[in-house]
Amino acid sequence: MTFYRGKEGQWSWFFHRLTGVGVLLFLFAHIIDTMLLGWGPAVYDRVISIYAHPVFRTSEVGLFAAVLYHALNGVRIILVDFWPGAVRHHAKIFYVMMTLFVLSMIPVSYLMLRHIFNE
Amino acid sequence: MNSYGSRPAPTASTFELVAWLFMRLSGVLLLILALGHLVIMHLINDIGKINYEFVAGRWSGELGMLWRGYDWLMLILAMLHGVNGMRTILEDYLSPGRRRILVLTVLYVVSFAFLAAGSYVVFSFRRVM
Repeated sequence: MTFYRGKEGQWSWFFHRLTGVGVLLFLFAHIIDTMLLGWGPAVYDRVISIYAHPVFRTSEVGLFAAVLYHALNGVRIILVDFWPGAVRHHAKIFYVMMTLFVLSMIPVSYLMLRHIFNE
Repeated sequence: MNSYGSRPAPTASTFELVAWLFMRLSGVLLLILALGHLVIMHLINDIGKINYEFVAGRWSGELGMLWRGYDWLMLILAMLHGVNGMRTILEDYLSPGRRRILVLTVLYVVSFAFLAAGSYVVFSFRRVM
């Protein structure tokens, strides 16, 4: 991974690729677990219950964060690509998106992790 | 190379321009579909309560085909978006030649198999007791 005077554009690009690859790998795993529906309730329920394990619940917050980051940064990319005026403000848009990201992840983390303590 | 973490619209080939447009269009749709899916499964519901009965109920009844359509559209868009993104990354790091062709072929074959298997599950599912 080559970094050239890494600023907002470089870091947003790096994390866009990292989260993209991560979510694609999860998609492959998710297709496999969904295929288990064909084996009936006993098999499916036993495997799917793994997702409720505290370690997996914590990882799922990471999955949510990866998808949300990729989505918000994707909107920033589209703005820069299709709205000529946005290029001058790309760094500012990045910070707006990251603020939205952090503000969203606070309630999301709470809602997803509270079940760990309720069990 | 620009420094906005974006890519200008390619002009060299029609395929690359279509792929570039597809990433942006499917991205907007996936923002709604994939984030919607996460909100439904992890925030509105609890992942600990999701089981065979939940999926069977969701995929049958009056709205069954609607949810199967939602899930399938999300599956095919996510797979095409993900594979094309992966192609972009691999083409950045692998110089043209036999190794790049081999790696990309494996990517396409494996992802097509997963897409076919996933599509089959979404549309063939019947509840068993």
